[in-house]
Amino acid sequence: MKIFYTDTLVIGGGLAGLRLAIATKKAGHKTTVLSLIPVKRSHSSAAQGGMQASLGNSVMSQGDNEDVHFEDTVKGSDWGCDQRVARMFTQVAPKAIRELTAWGVPWTRIREGEKNVVINSENTTITESKEVHGLIAARDFGGTKKWRTCYTADATGHSMLYAVANEAIKNDVVILEKKEAVKLIYKDDVCYGAVVKDLMTGSISAYLAKATVIATGGYGRIYEATTNAVICEGTGAAIALETGIAKLANMEAVQFHPTGLVPNGILMTEGCRGDGGVLRDVDGYRFMPDYEPEKKELASRDVVSRRMTEHIRKGKGVPSPYGDHLWLDISILGREHIEKNLRDMQDICMSFLGIDPAVPGVWIPVRPMQHYSMGGIKVDETGQSPHLKGLFSCGESACWDLHGFNRLGGNSVAETVVSGMIIGEYVSKYCFNTNFEFDTKLAEAFMKEFDEEQDRILANVCDVNNNYNDKSIYDIRDRMRKIVMDKVGIFRTKDELQSAFDELQELLKLSDGVFLRTGTKSANPGLIDTLRVKKMLKLALCITKGALLREESRGAHTREDFPKRDDKNWLKRTITYWANETDIEPTVEYEDISIMDMELPPGFRGYGKKGNIIEHEDSQKRLDEVNTFKENNPKLDRYEIQNALMPYELPSQYEEKNERVGIGYE
Amino acid sequence: MNNQSRTLKFNIFKYNPLDKEDRPKLKTYEIEETPGMTIFVALNFIRDRLDHTLQFDFVCRAGICGSCAMVVNGTPSLACRTLTSSFKDGEVTLLPLPVFKLIGDLSIDTANWMKDMSKDIESWIHTNEKTIIDNIEKPMDPDLADDIFELDRCIECGCCVAACGTKRMRPKFKGAVALNRVARYEIDPRDERTAEDMYEIIGDDEGIFGCMSLLGCDDTCPKNLPLQTKLSYLRRKMVQVK
Repeated sequence: MKIFYTDTLVIGGGLAGLRLAIATKKAGHKTTVLSLIPVKRSHSSAAQGGMQASLGNSVMSQGDNEDVHFEDTVKGSDWGCDQRVARMFTQVAPKAIRELTAWGVPWTRIREGEKNVVINSENTTITESKEVHGLIAARDFGGTKKWRTCYTADATGHSMLYAVANEAIKNDVVILEKKEAVKLIYKDDVCYGAVVKDLMTGSISAYLAKATVIATGGYGRIYEATTNAVICEGTGAAIALETGIAKLANMEAVQFHPTGLVPNGILMTEGCRGDGGVLRDVDGYRFMPDYEPEKKELASRDVVSRRMTEHIRKGKGVPSPYGDHLWLDISILGREHIEKNLRDMQDICMSFLGIDPAVPGVWIPVRPMQHYSMGGIKVDETGQSPHLKGLFSCGESACWDLHGFNRLGGNSVAETVVSGMIIGEYVSKYCFNTNFEFDTKLAEAFMKEFDEEQDRILANVCDVNNNYNDKSIYDIRDRMRKIVMDKVGIFRTKDELQSAFDELQELLKLSDGVFLRTGTKSANPGLIDTLRVKKMLKLALCITKGALLREESRGAHTREDFPKRDDKNWLKRTITYWANETDIEPTVEYEDISIMDMELPPGFRGYGKKGNIIEHEDSQKRLDEVNTFKENNPKLDRYEIQNALMPYELPSQYEEKNERVGIGYE
Repeated sequence: MNNQSRTLKFNIFKYNPLDKEDRPKLKTYEIEETPGMTIFVALNFIRDRLDHTLQFDFVCRAGICGSCAMVVNGTPSLACRTLTSSFKDGEVTLLPLPVFKLIGDLSIDTANWMKDMSKDIESWIHTNEKTIIDNIEKPMDPDLADDIFELDRCIECGCCVAACGTKRMRPKFKGAVALNRVARYEIDPRDERTAEDMYEIIGDDEGIFGCMSLLGCDDTCPKNLPLQTKLSYLRRKMVQVK
């Protein structure tokens, strides 16, 4: 059991963690990144569509700026986000793109002249000016007023991750792979690092640090069907939860994507439906027009996901060994169109299912799947836990609260690098101002505690010939995934949530007595998975309890028994923590979101059902206040107005205005 | 989809190098095939239901991250996107990729190998120019951006290195993964390294001149990178360096 020392310990080596590590390393702090896997294989690499940043280059992006991006993000969040964080984010996103450009990301560029595009299922011609030739292009995405999503073909995350990982290697960031942080080390509400298990040798060590950063991504693998990579088990958020001091926020805010491929869960892009593809049921019937006569398959993600689930519940799903699914039919678009415009989708179908979706009548099996975790470790605007000092978090594992109750496409991969840049500076500052107390006794005590936990699990080794499947951790894991999928999914009701809550508590109790095949501490995936599943169960309970208590529908959280967004009673953040180690359920409290501090007070999102809001009296009051201020101060520019309405802070190097084609820094 | 069920026979390399008693062996598992089954689905079924100790690596399970390269019936491939229906007689042998350090069973350590490779060829943009990130980015020709992206698609899975005949003869040979990265920076105008600088990195038998053009790399690359063309391009370019 060795003890190592570093200034900044970053747990998780995806885009967020690596970008943060570069910031602290450049500031002169010894920085160590721990990753379950080779960092270039992180789930960030699976981001395909692109990254939102208001460069305003394309003719379809003209007029875009931080203000428009901010409004889109807040509306997308269904007013659940922290508007100051949304401001910080939209201000720095263009800088992040330009930094990544310097680091080598081969962004797709604009070509001058005419270009054929499909807008609202119609062929349209747009013309790009000579002035923008060679600048970074952007594509259209859901919930955005402008074309704002920058991309490298359909492998944006991959290109970004390689650029950032190589920059980290260049800067001599210490990157240690096949390492899992299994426990945080803390005392008197201060975090001092983590206990780490080496996944190759099974050995335990402690990494002591001034600042500990969790950047471990989302918790999609708690669900039976998810687009997330297999490593997205939320264990980073869970080790924070297990301190009993750090808290999680908005765990019930979980996004579903309509078209995940069955069985693997690989995402089938929204473009399939955008280009005219349709959804069909077990009878081959196109059902969406019955539910959504106007938008049909092209209603928003949450709406289509809800309708598909409703239809499967009616018994119209297609049975398969992997559960019921529906069909996505793109064959009606014709081979030529598919092989030109949906080539990758065809490739995936051929590789994974051995089917060619261009053949008439050959359809793609899809079903709505868990896609993104808006919730995570509750942090303040500097990325630090307000409860456990010295613990920071960024990216999907954090609830910095950029996304509120629904995230816009293209904002997740943008958040990774932007939060890494911003929070990286705050972590550096924290390290400069912190004198390190090197408490080896404390580290040893935490390592010992973890090792004893392993010993307890390993005490239950059973004979090879014994059929132990019903007492195996994999059985418990699969039951958890099914419960959460079926009862804490797209549609939620009190009864189902309550039953999920009860069953998950039972599973948490059961997880203490599972049987393993071997008693070794290395080369034993069964042991590692037992440790992880116990953590996942706790997160599942946080999600479920939050969903059970939140009696409204906001963003991705849909309560059938409380269909309205209730600003009057529920404009608040859910805060969840694990008060006592022996508890079998989390403790929930709430943090109010103040309307009178908002730059953009709550209103209609511009999409979804109208008249579906229980208004708060402050909404109109604040709106009048904002409008009056604008009317009374006609001479102020947009920056001055913004600053007067809702001032926010940033590390000084990110305060400068962003330049745009044709308008400079206006 | 094929609804006919059959029994698949998996012969899997099993060895824990940390266990001094253990010896490398092939262990056989039999499972029922399901429609659309991939090696990803099959190996997880085996680990969940038959053998909790089996080690293998998957992350994205979508052919994007490069974690799951292994030798499938003799050929380095990405296991996640290999369909079991492609095994005509229903039997498959899985071995870990050679060259890389074995962690256990099918799990290998590509992390350190690829990190060393990245440091060796300095796999990043070299420039003295200071970018001001508040300002409009420098334009780049759209075709050139596409060309760079084409080479940037490499996922460092290791198939090319495992399939490389030269690598067997010259253990220090850098392999197609490194040479492709060099070609990627060579065509990128943001990287100020000259052909002479690149020659310093790859202008010997461990680099481009060691390649015997057996092209196992090109045959096995799961991303279909233009390795044959790019290796020839680099060789021509490096020969011209005075």
